Amino acid sequence: MEWSAIFLSVRLALLVCVILLAVGIPIAAWLATSGWRWKFLVEAVVALPIVLPPTVLGFYLLVAMGPASPVGRLYAGFFGHGLAFTFTGLVIASVIYSLPFAVQPMAAAFAQVDRSLLNASAMLGASGLRTFRQIVIPLSRGGIVTGAVLSFAHTLGEFGVVLMVGGNIPGVTRTVSIAIYDHVQALEYNGANAMALLLLAFSFITLSLTYAVNRRMWRVWPLQR
Amino acid sequence: MGEQQTALAVDVDKRLNGFRLQAHFAAPAGFTMLLGPSGGGKTTLLNCIAGLLRPDAGRIAIGARTLFDSAARIDLRPAHRRIGYVFQDLALFPHLTVADNVRYGIAKLPAAERQLRTAALLESFHVAHLAARKASEISGGERQRTALARALVTDPDALLLDEPLAALDRATRSKIIDDLRAWNAVRSIPILFVTHSPEEAFALGERVVVIEAGRMVAQGMPQEVLAAPRHETVAQVVGFENVFDAKVTALHENQGTMLCRLDGADCELEVPLTRAGLGAPVRVAIRAGDIMVAAERPRGLSARNTLRGRIGAIRREGVRVILAVDAGVTFEVHLTPSAADELRLAPGREIWLVIKTYSCNLVHPRN
Repeated sequence: MEWSAIFLSVRLALLVCVILLAVGIPIAAWLATSGWRWKFLVEAVVALPIVLPPTVLGFYLLVAMGPASPVGRLYAGFFGHGLAFTFTGLVIASVIYSLPFAVQPMAAAFAQVDRSLLNASAMLGASGLRTFRQIVIPLSRGGIVTGAVLSFAHTLGEFGVVLMVGGNIPGVTRTVSIAIYDHVQALEYNGANAMALLLLAFSFITLSLTYAVNRRMWRVWPLQR
Repeated sequence: MGEQQTALAVDVDKRLNGFRLQAHFAAPAGFTMLLGPSGGGKTTLLNCIAGLLRPDAGRIAIGARTLFDSAARIDLRPAHRRIGYVFQDLALFPHLTVADNVRYGIAKLPAAERQLRTAALLESFHVAHLAARKASEISGGERQRTALARALVTDPDALLLDEPLAALDRATRSKIIDDLRAWNAVRSIPILFVTHSPEEAFALGERVVVIEAGRMVAQGMPQEVLAAPRHETVAQVVGFENVFDAKVTALHENQGTMLCRLDGADCELEVPLTRAGLGAPVRVAIRAGDIMVAAERPRGLSARNTLRGRIGAIRREGVRVILAVDAGVTFEVHLTPSAADELRLAPGREIWLVIKTYSCNLVHPRN
């Protein structure tokens, strides 16, 4: 069992999950409420990682992080080294890769909140921000939890993007899925199986818990039609 | 009271999905009933007043305080209008307790006053014992009361009620109305109450505004609006069971009456004189309860209209007997059960209908 790879994966997934909660909620809120006519373009961009092969996404991220791109040069200018093949680069790539898995359930939940509740809140003198905090967020807990869990699980299992952007540096960018791949390549099926089983069990338990919790939330929601 | 007694003045013109709402009226302190068929624009009107919809043109003000004025480019946000609005679906926050729902609108007040006001409103609307319950766990009537308390705790300048009591039984409804009246006896704010029930409008309102297809077709005191409908819609809305097309056949100017022949029937009715000329099409509206039934041809009556007819069907609804009588056209007639029993009314039986001239209301048909 390669514990360093497991810890790295969990650390990466947790970090991405937290960042996506902070970034995803405002994006989801905007997508759920905006009436902008070009909104569909933003929706398409956010959803791209779902359909793109991870290698394609990884390739462009690698290029963007490299010295040939302005972003890569700017970062290197500040920190003295490039983003590619670092843990930070991996986090950024994973955030982009998992963005739709966080945003879509959240946006769906926000959009499902009864409009008349928002109107009622406004008639009671509440600002848009207060309405969002005290009415929309609590009533969307299920969607937010789902978004967080999905982005965590999705990051935990990613392979292609990690390989393209992070490479395979033990303790820095070598995640569980890459370690498993290595084991299989080396015909060490026992080592691969141990980690694969761990990942499988973990994913199953996480998703089961999420669905169990969500179901209870639906049940305490009789006003929702 | 004094300064609180300010009227809600509304003048809006709003187009929405091929529908046009034009309303112009003033609602003084007290109950003003907005009466009309569903889809007629009542909720749209409330949403314009609340600021949830923006009128294309017009002005909305409470006393001297302008909420909307298209000419002056004033358009206060809903949150700044100081209007209480109880939605048709109530829109209680399901994840909050009854007390938290009521408190929601006064979050900026000091904690002590907030507590006091919440307690007072919960008390006024008899939901104090439910304060700690989730809004999603209480009954229909309790939810109505909570919604009213929540809207009124903010001390609004006007109150909008969108059929808030439609789902309740009569007894619960009248108790809630009594509580609301008691509350408003002190505050004296304009209350706009949407309903499609003429009985409710007649019973509750100090004023009635009738809205149909986006236009105001009548307004005034309930008695005025209900007793003398001058527009076909009003007649339907206020519950005339009998509405017939007819043509004027004779004018008796000196009597203040005229005769008209009902279309499709060989019978004439004497009705009050209107400006309609000879041969003009008119529409006659008669309440089912205003028609008398006689077992034989009546004599020596002041009523001018006696029509022979045959009973088609009899059914009983509560304490009313409802007859369908064929007299060339079908009349609906309402009687008390004892009257029906005494006359031994049965389907197929021939009877006489007696209708006073002034029970015939002339309605101007839409052109």
